[in-house]
Amino acid sequence: MDVTLVLQGLLSGLLFGGVYSLMAVGLTLIFGVMRVVNFAHGDMMVWGMYLSYLLATRAGIDPYLSFVVSAAALFALGLLVQRGLVDRVIDAPHEMQILLMLGVALVLENLALVAFGPEPTRVRSPLGAATLWLGPVFVDLARLVTFVVAVLLTVALSLFLYRTDLGRTIRAAADNTYGALVIGIDVRRVYAVAFGVGAACVGAAGALVSSILPFQPPTGLSLSVTSFNIVIIGGMGSLLGAFIGGLLVSVAESLGAVFLKPSLKELVSFSLLIVILLFRPAGLFGKRTS
Amino acid sequence: MSALLRLDGLEAGYGDLTAVSGVSLEVRRGEAVALIGANGAGKTTTLRAISGLLPVRAGRIEFEGARLDGLASARIVARGITHVPEGRQLFPTMTVRDNLELGGRAADRRHRDDALELVFTLFPRLHERERQLAGTLSGGEQQMCAIGRGLMARPRLLLLDEPSLGLAPVTVKLIFDTLQRVNGDGMTMLLVEQNVPRALQLSHRGYVLENGRIVLEGTRESLRASPHVKQAYLGL
Repeated sequence: MDVTLVLQGLLSGLLFGGVYSLMAVGLTLIFGVMRVVNFAHGDMMVWGMYLSYLLATRAGIDPYLSFVVSAAALFALGLLVQRGLVDRVIDAPHEMQILLMLGVALVLENLALVAFGPEPTRVRSPLGAATLWLGPVFVDLARLVTFVVAVLLTVALSLFLYRTDLGRTIRAAADNTYGALVIGIDVRRVYAVAFGVGAACVGAAGALVSSILPFQPPTGLSLSVTSFNIVIIGGMGSLLGAFIGGLLVSVAESLGAVFLKPSLKELVSFSLLIVILLFRPAGLFGKRTS
Repeated sequence: MSALLRLDGLEAGYGDLTAVSGVSLEVRRGEAVALIGANGAGKTTTLRAISGLLPVRAGRIEFEGARLDGLASARIVARGITHVPEGRQLFPTMTVRDNLELGGRAADRRHRDDALELVFTLFPRLHERERQLAGTLSGGEQQMCAIGRGLMARPRLLLLDEPSLGLAPVTVKLIFDTLQRVNGDGMTMLLVEQNVPRALQLSHRGYVLENGRIVLEGTRESLRASPHVKQAYLGL
């Protein structure tokens, strides 16, 4: 086995992991606050990708700028989904919420099919062609920028959650919903903001990978599954867990592609899931609930 | 003296169950009023109805002359009522400081700092544990933190639900001494408590709730002298 190849796989995996982290952070935020699993997470991300595609093809805006627009649009979508739909089943049994979110996923995927057709596409960015040599390994500039922006967004999100009053109320509602009601936090508003922020994370993540990863409407399902995988590995509801888990899963997939073959990368990430669940059932950073 | 809080024929409950009905009481400015009764008598239900955590089915609640019933809990807190709930209901994975700041988040920075200083003066222990996660505090410290969080909103009425529950006698004494001091500084309180001797020691007046109805009311002295209270609640 060529050491350079392994190093290259490690680096590419790590750089791509920023996006995985960002999308998993969005999912775990929604779950942590509302105890609702967003089955439409990957499909929301695909819409983030198509928005950056539209902005690139129609308005000539580079995805590394238009991710802000994708994030804002997905924030609005998340807010609407929460206010209009999730809010009605927030106290209902889990299977009702699952059915609802699967429904939202189907609607989003099929709307994308109607609007953009089934063919895979990708967004061209001038960064996509540029590479940088670091000794024996090369760095794809697009991946590097994607990684840096994704990590910055994750850091910004944690600053928001830990340093601002609104962020603190979100964490409080996640920690103890009844306690939040008691001290007069408008929990419905907090839920809407949290769902919006979680969706904005995948909106940005989608735009940021739109020049790296070819996508089509059904891509959403596999992105959702990957997000669940990461969140479970990291520990449900843990932001740090989602962040580390994203990097870990991405590196595992990338090394899996090096050691086995590219089509088997999921084998590696799901094996990782099984191993983690065997030894740490609550995930890497999850808290055990009795 | 005018009533700060007035309940008139309050009815509230859960599902098919009516937990309280026809409850009328008033709390005047500056007073500490006890609501005593056995488990399941409807004390907590009454407090939850006041703070908007449970819908009012009939009757009315007035605070400073304006109706409260039907308002959301966030609006009621904004009107100046804070609820220190049974079981404390802190945010366990957040620091003591965060818990307190959340209680006072409606105020601007300067008022919030003043309130924080007051809370730390009342409960120096919270100052020492400022950076500790609330979930790692002892029961007594958690109760202090819950009361502190309630005071951070600088309310005009403090609702206290079982502040002595599950605490060691010496901690109970410390907490009630502090509550007495807060009341002495002018904070109006409505206190629900199973520890009747303590409750009567702190309060000026009291109401006895049985099976969802008020069966007795009076000043501290008259309640202490009542044969019914003596027998059922003081064990004399």
